Amino acid sequence: MSVHTPHPDLPPPSTSVGIIGWARKNLFSSPLNSVLTLGALYLVVRFLPPVINWAILDANWAGSTRDACTDGGACWVFVKVRLTQFMFGFYPADQYWRVILAFGLLGVLIAWLLIEKTPKKSWVAAFTILVYPIIAFVLFYGGLGLPVVETNKWGGLMLTLILATIGMFFALPFGIILALGRRSSMPIPRALSVVFIELWRGVPLITVLFMSSVMLPLFMPEDLRIDKLVRALVGISLFQSAYMAEVIRGGLQALPKGQSEAADALGLSYWQAMFLVILPQALKTVIPGIVNTFIELFKDTTLVLIIGLMDLLSIVQSAFADPKWLGFSVEGYVFAGLVYWIFCFSMSRYSQHLERKLHTGHKR
Amino acid sequence: MTQAMTQPATAGEDLAIEVKGMHKWYGDFHVLKDINLNVKRRERIIICGPSGCGKSTLIRCLNRLEVHQRGEIWIDGIELNDDLKHIEKIRRDIGMVFQQFNLFPHLTVMENCCLAPIWVLKKPRREAEETAMHYLERVKIPDQADKYPGQLSGGQQQRVAIARSLCMNPNIMLFDEPTSALDPEMIKEVLDVMVDLANEGMTMLCVTHEMGFAKTVADRVIFMDSGEIIEENDPESFFSNPQSDRTKLFLSQIL
Repeated sequence: MSVHTPHPDLPPPSTSVGIIGWARKNLFSSPLNSVLTLGALYLVVRFLPPVINWAILDANWAGSTRDACTDGGACWVFVKVRLTQFMFGFYPADQYWRVILAFGLLGVLIAWLLIEKTPKKSWVAAFTILVYPIIAFVLFYGGLGLPVVETNKWGGLMLTLILATIGMFFALPFGIILALGRRSSMPIPRALSVVFIELWRGVPLITVLFMSSVMLPLFMPEDLRIDKLVRALVGISLFQSAYMAEVIRGGLQALPKGQSEAADALGLSYWQAMFLVILPQALKTVIPGIVNTFIELFKDTTLVLIIGLMDLLSIVQSAFADPKWLGFSVEGYVFAGLVYWIFCFSMSRYSQHLERKLHTGHKR
Repeated sequence: MTQAMTQPATAGEDLAIEVKGMHKWYGDFHVLKDINLNVKRRERIIICGPSGCGKSTLIRCLNRLEVHQRGEIWIDGIELNDDLKHIEKIRRDIGMVFQQFNLFPHLTVMENCCLAPIWVLKKPRREAEETAMHYLERVKIPDQADKYPGQLSGGQQQRVAIARSLCMNPNIMLFDEPTSALDPEMIKEVLDVMVDLANEGMTMLCVTHEMGFAKTVADRVIFMDSGEIIEENDPESFFSNPQSDRTKLFLSQIL
C-alpha cells in the first residue's frame, strides 16, 4: 500500500502579488478598464489642481471684512465671521456653553457606548436613554435656574443635530415595532402597521412638514399651541420610522425560519425569541439599510427650511442676503456641504466597522 | 382543568407520548391522517418513509411547531392544545434537533447552550455554563465552546445542537433528519452521540434514513406513507419480514 504525501504549498505567481499584481488586477484587467483608468487619471489631473488652488492655496483666511479677500481664491473669511451663527443660530452668545455642554456630554456618552471594552455599558446606556434627554432639555431650553431660550432662537448646526438625533432616537424603536406588527399573525396590529407604513411612505416629507406647520394649527383648539419644532420632530420621526420599518422587515424576512423554530423548540417566549435570537440577527443583516435611512434622515432635516426653521443650510443661505457679504454663496454652500459630508461619512464608516465587528462566520 | 392536565387519557400505562386520532391539513392538503401512536418512557422509535409522507410534520406536531387540527396529543400527561401554559411546559420537556442544525449564528457555542437555561429555566449563569460544559464534553467538543457556529464543521454544529437541547434537561428528544445535511464523513460522529444517548435511556423519536442506526438502537420502526402510519414493528421483523407491499418497495429502494 502506498502512502499519500500531500504536496507542499507553492508561492503564488509573482505577477499576481505586489504593486504590479495589484495594478494589473484592479486598473488594467481589460482594454475597457485600461481606458477608464487613463480617463479617470486625466480628469483628476485636469480638475483637481484648480479646486485645490481655489479652496486652499489661493484662499483668503485672515481678516474680518470682505476687503480682506483679494487673492482670487475662496473667501473663507465670510464663513469665519459667520461661524458662530452657522453653529448656534440666534441662540444668545452668553449661553453657548449650554449647547456645547449638552453636545459634549452626548459625545462622551456615545463614545462610551461605541468604543469597545468600556466598563458599565448597560448603566451608561440606561443613563443615555432615560436621564440624558432631561438634562439636554434643561440645557437647551432652560429651567432649573437657567434662563429660557425659545426654540425660535435655535438654529444652525445645533438645530440640525437636534432634529437628526431625536429623529434617529425615535425612528429605530418605532420602526422595529412597526416591522414586528406588520409580520404579526394578529390581524389588528398587522392592519394598523400596514396602514401606518403605507400612509407615511406615500407622502413626501415636505408635505408632512407643511401639514404639521400650516394645516395642523387650523384644526387645533386656539389655546393649545404645540411648538413648531416639536411638530417638525414628530413629523420627521413618524415619517422615517415608516421607512425604517420596511428596512427592518427586510432583515426579518431574510432570516431562515429555522431560527425562530429553534427558539420555540427551546421554550423561549415570543419576546425572548425576538430580543435574543431574531432581532440581533435581523438588525445585523440590515445595518447598511439602517445607516442609509439615518443618513437620509440627517440630510432630510434641511427640508425644515420650508416651515421657517433655521437649520444649518437655511441659516447659511440667509447669510447670503447680508449686503456686506453679497456674492459668497459658493463658499457658504461648500462649507455647509462639507459639514453634512463629515457627519454622513462618519456614520457610513462606523457602520462598516460595525459590520466587520459583528461578523461571526468564516473570515475571508 | 388541573385534573385534566395531570391525568393522562389512559391511566396506568407509563406513556411519554400518546397521540390519538390526530389529523392535520395544510390548507386543503391532508398531511396527517388518523395518527395513533403510543411511546413508552425510554422507548426509541425510528420513523421512516418516502419524502413528503408527513414524518417530519408528525414529530413537529409533538412540540407544536405545527398545529394539529383534530385528535389529541398528550405529552407526559399534559395535553397539547391552544393553552400557552401547556405548550410552554411541553417545549421545556422536549428537546429537538433539526436537519439544518439551526444554531444561533450570532452567539458562541457556549452562549447557544446557555441561552434557554438562563432565560427559560432562570438558572444562574455559572450553573448554566457548568451544565453546558458537561454536555459539550459528552458530545466531545468542549474545546470549541468559545467559537461561533459558522467556524465549525457540519458534524460539529449538529453535535452542538444536540448538546444545546440536552442543556434543557429534556425527557424526550425529537430528531428531524439529523444527518441528512451532513457529509458522509461526519454522519458517524453525530450517530455515535445519538447511540450514546439511546443507551442512556433517553426517550427518542427519530426521523431518519440511516437504516443501520435504526437496526442498532430502535425499539420500534414506524413506516409512513402519504400521511398514514402503514406499518410499525420491531426492527428485526420490520427489515426481514415487512408486511405491506409499500414497505417492501420502500425497503428495496433504500437498502
